[in-house]
Amino acid sequence: MTSRDQILAKVKQNQPNSVHLPDLSILGKESFDPITKFAETAVAIGAEVIEIQDFSEIQKYINSKYSGKTVRSTLADFNSENWLALSPKELDGTDFLLVEAQFGVAENGSIWISDKDLGQRIAPFITEYLGVILDKSKIINTMHQAYQIIGDEDYGFGLFLAGPSKTADIEQSLVLGAHGARGLVIFLK
Amino acid sequence: MTTHSKSAEIFNRDFERTTWHDETLYFVRQKRDKAAFQIDDWELLRETASQIKFNVLSNLSEYLIQFEENALKNGIKVHWAADAREHNEIVFNIVSEYFEGNIPHDTFKGIVKSKSMLTEECHMNEYLISKGIEVVDTDLGERIVQLAGERPSHIVLPCIHWKKEEIGELFHKHLGTEKGNKDPKYLTEAARQHLRDKFLNRKVALTGVNFAVAVTGEFVVCTNEGNADMGTHLSDLHIASMGMEKIIPQRQHLSVFLRLLARSATGQPITTYSSHFRKPRDGQQMHVVIVDNGRSTQLGREDFRNSLKCIRCGACFNTCPVYRRSGGHSYHTAIAGPIGSILSPNLDMKANADLPFASTLCGSCSNVCPVKIDIHQQLYKWRQVLVKEGHTSATKTLMMKGMSKVLASPAVFKFSGKVGRMLMDKMPFMVNNSLNLWYKQREMPEPPKESFREWYKKNRK
Repeated sequence: MTSRDQILAKVKQNQPNSVHLPDLSILGKESFDPITKFAETAVAIGAEVIEIQDFSEIQKYINSKYSGKTVRSTLADFNSENWLALSPKELDGTDFLLVEAQFGVAENGSIWISDKDLGQRIAPFITEYLGVILDKSKIINTMHQAYQIIGDEDYGFGLFLAGPSKTADIEQSLVLGAHGARGLVIFLK
Repeated sequence: MTTHSKSAEIFNRDFERTTWHDETLYFVRQKRDKAAFQIDDWELLRETASQIKFNVLSNLSEYLIQFEENALKNGIKVHWAADAREHNEIVFNIVSEYFEGNIPHDTFKGIVKSKSMLTEECHMNEYLISKGIEVVDTDLGERIVQLAGERPSHIVLPCIHWKKEEIGELFHKHLGTEKGNKDPKYLTEAARQHLRDKFLNRKVALTGVNFAVAVTGEFVVCTNEGNADMGTHLSDLHIASMGMEKIIPQRQHLSVFLRLLARSATGQPITTYSSHFRKPRDGQQMHVVIVDNGRSTQLGREDFRNSLKCIRCGACFNTCPVYRRSGGHSYHTAIAGPIGSILSPNLDMKANADLPFASTLCGSCSNVCPVKIDIHQQLYKWRQVLVKEGHTSATKTLMMKGMSKVLASPAVFKFSGKVGRMLMDKMPFMVNNSLNLWYKQREMPEPPKESFREWYKKNRK
């Protein structure tokens, strides 16, 4: 008998009588203004939130901060070299990456992105700074609504991203920029 | 082997440090409270999480088969390990096969690892290093203890027992940082640069698994630093080690656990990254190693099976008065604290017989547990099992037997009380000595003039 069969046989023998799954529909009924809550929470976890009217404001932001630097994006209306063909390692040295989120979660200030938004999986981690565009109408209250939206999305890789990379491993002092992006700016449109 | 109480005694010799350790952890506990109190449905979430986990335990074999089937469809290779040794051999064989038996002796030979308490439980690092494979821990706290030749003292905060001055010194020695610089920002930046080089130059990444979803065959890894993702997305080969109790039925159940995990662990509303791995990247290999290592045995112990609900948030550590004042290494196991003390006797009753006694049974652990494990009750039950199986010291057994004789007979009880009060009063040296464990680090109280029984007889009207 293989280890697999041995393990499964023993688990089957030792597991208690089957118990029903609980009802999740009673959860996630908290009510608050999702946009305000999202913005407050995102700032509290180290992100910067900027409300914008049109795309040119993002362009202006990038020009003022990353002129002459390596800026990449997965957005169709954004001019950047074709970096999707580069190897993941070659993306080291990206100064700013701009992507668009599918939706945001108010209760924890996170955004959901998956393969199709990322271009390359490593991109939002290896970049020094990250910018995310989020449509205000796509902010939902809690994680329960989040998984309803995700449903059975056929992604290879999906990610809830909440704020910049951080650590408090040295005497509980919070430091932004552990291994992933040092900063996160969310453009609310 | 040194027992918990002996190691704790050594830890407590440095009074200031013990107090600092205690306060730092309680600070994290308070952050947890603040986060939890902001959620109106917190108790409902805990109850729901507990029920989901109980459903998982009661259908575990079916869910495991379902997960395997769906993971395979997604292009993930699935392996099964009965114990720690088999886990380590499987990991070695995957790496070895990937390099076609010739593990290259250059900078590519090592693997980058993000946090996985399971690989600690299996002593995987030591095993792989003995086979010539370098393992680089990439979580900052884990890298610190690794450079120091230690093991994590806490499952979420691996170097919570280290002071920044000491980390500055350690980094000066190993990473060439400025001598005397203890600024957390500066030291974190140094680690970022040091580990970025490893991420870019290693072909193999190993991660743990926080949750694995049966119906989609995907697994979720949570980090704040982004080290798991930096490792896996840059690697050609991703190995994920998973304790078999990490299964949950459906994607929607992640909502409950992701709401609870980080709030319970550090007081954050969610970890920075909650990464859902469902299919390997083009050109990448992805493997999951499902590990039993005693879990199926624990599943069969009715009194203790609830311990398998654990999601490794560490809340029970941060609230435990014994953990906070004895330090993680006193527990001499990969998983310390209250939860470790009910998991470890299952793995080796004799070696870990001291751990269920490293508790005041105050119950704070059970009250903060996000999946409502009855931790303190299990600690109490383990004590009974350990005594019955003869794993407690002869002195303790003798004392307990004597005590039960005294308490069983009113006459003996009355007489012993009298003798006790007389001794404390007339011959204090008989009790104020090192043979009396209650005299350790404290003064004995003034003996009362009379017993309650005597007082009652006199005052009864």
